[in-house]
Amino acid sequence: MQDANDILLSMKGLRIEGRTDEEWLEIVRGVNLELRKGEVLGLIGESGAGKSTIGLAAMGFARDGCRISGGEITFDGIDMRSASEATKRRLRGRRIAYVAQSAAASFNPAHKLIDQYSEGPVKHGVMSRDEAENDATDLYRRMQLPDPDSIGFRYPHQVSGGQLQRAMTAMAMACRPDLIIFDEPTTALDVTTQIEVLAAIREIVEQFDTAALYITHDLAVVAQMADRIKVLLKGEEVEESDTRSMLASPTQEYTKSLWAVRTHARPEQPPVVEGKPVLSIRNVTAGYGAVDVLKDVSFDIHPRRTVAVVGESGSGKSTTARVITGLLPPRRGEVLFNGEALPPDFRRRSREQLRQAQMIYQMADTALNPKLKIRELVGRPAQMYLGLRGKALEERIRELLSLIEMNPDDYIDRLPSELSGGQKQRIGIARALAAEPQFIICDEVTSALDQLVAEGILKLLDRLQGEFDLAYMFITHDLATVKAIADEVVVMKDGVVVEKGPKSEMFQPPHDPYTELLLSSVPEMDPDWLSGLLESRATAANG
Amino acid sequence: MGLFTGLFWLAVAIILGLAAGWIFRVAVVAASPKPIARELRTAPLTASFGMLIILIYILVAVFAPLVAPFPETEVVGTEYQPWDNVHVLGTDNLGRDMLSRLIYAARNTVGIAFITTALAFILGVMTGLLAASVGGWVDQVLSRAVDVLMAIPALIFALLLLTIVGTSIVNMILVIALIDSTRVFRLARAVAMNIVVMDYVEAARLRGEGLLRLNIREVLPNAMAPLVAEFGLRFCFVFLMISALSFLGLGIQPPTADWGSMVKDNATLISFGDITPLLPAGAIALLTVCVNFVVDWQLHRASGLKE
Repeated sequence: MQDANDILLSMKGLRIEGRTDEEWLEIVRGVNLELRKGEVLGLIGESGAGKSTIGLAAMGFARDGCRISGGEITFDGIDMRSASEATKRRLRGRRIAYVAQSAAASFNPAHKLIDQYSEGPVKHGVMSRDEAENDATDLYRRMQLPDPDSIGFRYPHQVSGGQLQRAMTAMAMACRPDLIIFDEPTTALDVTTQIEVLAAIREIVEQFDTAALYITHDLAVVAQMADRIKVLLKGEEVEESDTRSMLASPTQEYTKSLWAVRTHARPEQPPVVEGKPVLSIRNVTAGYGAVDVLKDVSFDIHPRRTVAVVGESGSGKSTTARVITGLLPPRRGEVLFNGEALPPDFRRRSREQLRQAQMIYQMADTALNPKLKIRELVGRPAQMYLGLRGKALEERIRELLSLIEMNPDDYIDRLPSELSGGQKQRIGIARALAAEPQFIICDEVTSALDQLVAEGILKLLDRLQGEFDLAYMFITHDLATVKAIADEVVVMKDGVVVEKGPKSEMFQPPHDPYTELLLSSVPEMDPDWLSGLLESRATAANG
Repeated sequence: MGLFTGLFWLAVAIILGLAAGWIFRVAVVAASPKPIARELRTAPLTASFGMLIILIYILVAVFAPLVAPFPETEVVGTEYQPWDNVHVLGTDNLGRDMLSRLIYAARNTVGIAFITTALAFILGVMTGLLAASVGGWVDQVLSRAVDVLMAIPALIFALLLLTIVGTSIVNMILVIALIDSTRVFRLARAVAMNIVVMDYVEAARLRGEGLLRLNIREVLPNAMAPLVAEFGLRFCFVFLMISALSFLGLGIQPPTADWGSMVKDNATLISFGDITPLLPAGAIALLTVCVNFVVDWQLHRASGLKE
């Protein structure tokens, strides 16, 4: 039954090169790929694996500065490499559609959703404008968007991120394409929103029997979506097989290491009963303008403990950090450091108070001044707070670099742009350590990193905590990270602390309903997880 | 002379210019240390040509007394002498050597334009960064003051101010610097606005860095690329403005040679089919184009299109 006509997309020995400075570097090195009609193929790998590049190549497209240098790409019998621009234009949007990672950045903010929806079908002559509008409403309903009759008449900024991502998937379906390329469609979303989008995508792909390339770095997500999985590493295929056997018995070492990630977990330390907390937040209410983002938030952080603050975007996690650092003076309540009240505004804090609480940022790219060398980035806090000069300063910088497992001789004179993402984050850690603080706020420090790299960072933070008696406040939306590193957990929602307590209690029932929702929304590696979850939620909803 | 002959000579000029640029680039790349050589190798031929011409202008300006065959202001012949072996480009309306005056004018006009632009930048960048990093009422006061200054057409405003304070070179430099610093302020503030919201600036503030160090070490280095590019453009505008003021009689005063007033003084020759008065104008045009070649290259690099 599997004759050759069944194959919708095939790539043979695909090679793609990217230009850096003056030479072409191969970023995809001879990948073969076959996709049958109605089949979903998951492409997974770390950043730099070439997933997105392959996805775009399926449309016969290469990004600026890239070129397809070898191999064949055949879509339904059409050679995409030699096809004219006009041919490709007829295919794109009509028979091959693309859903980008960030819907917010991909929609044109100046046009209403339905106008952008209708553009494709009308241009390709598939439907008239009126038909397209009716069709859009129908698809919005199937995507379970609220208010499907009128949501299309809103502008992109008037709907939430998850809704926008679903609207984009609906838009990709507009011409009922044979193939959709999903490029990390849920990566930017919260776990609870992710579930809705995943369910909607799966539903619609099944209904219309559309083939799909599903690109992601998240194994648990791909397990829910794909019929087959292909693992990529640095532009080469590692292995490919159907989802269940891939999950059950990966053959390659690299795949196994991916599967085994998240094994880092340290034993929880017993809760501190006595003694002064390093930091305590007392009944803090704070906000911007007339809106209170934080409402009566209180919790303590004890020496040598890690408190994870968990919640979705908009829950007030980062605002809490801003209150602690003094960037946002609270309306009511106070922040105590070692029992002493800190001035609400950081400008009124003494140098010593500033030194004691350091921060590590989510995006190391924007947290390190791109024009300064590592020497100055790491050395400046030591120079400023501890008065180190000349030789002593040089020694200290080298010591700090050794602490974060980077060779001082190699790195001390580099610029941030000459480092990898994980190394940049390590420099961020070294900068915080240079001040010799008691307390460090880690704001989503691992969420921009690949899993293996993130694991290394968590281990490093863990080790440093032991060596320097540090207390961490760990802001994250990723419950796996919480499991790995936290002693205590604070769950936040809409600016309110919903639940707090030791980690062991948090992951044991009974839960607060919101914690329950959050915990159950984390995708698991089981391919039946999403179906099971949706079923159980449906039963619960029907009573 | 037909159109085609004209086009032919234009093409020859362009090819010669690019060839000169190429030779210059090869020579400079060979002569400079490695990191600079690597940067220079990426320079397009237009930019190389631009750098070559700018270098020649600078050399001529610096060594004017050595290069010029006659003194700047001395009457050495009769009025409006044609080109010959003694006075290569003839003489001007008072009988001064045209070539010598052209060479000295490079010193005067370019030098004054450079000082003026530098002043405008020091003033504009300082206030721009201050407005962006402090914000609040400081930003409001500075920005609104600049709006008021910008609401008046630059040339008319300059004429007005010069009539009030009197025409002298120092006054002209200060007036043009003030007017141009408003444009620089706008750019510096806009660029810095995007930088002061970055996490590394927040980190520096939380570290307790003072305003001066914050601006000099954290903000300014990241704002340099667009500012340098703007410096080149601004230099051209200042240059043209000085020439315009001189042409109107309010700029560089006689007998000091400068390209703007040289055009004015000898303009009558045009009616007789003599192109001599166009030479100072051509000198202005060539420098402007060359500066822009270099600026375009820098802008291209700064915009990150290559990376």
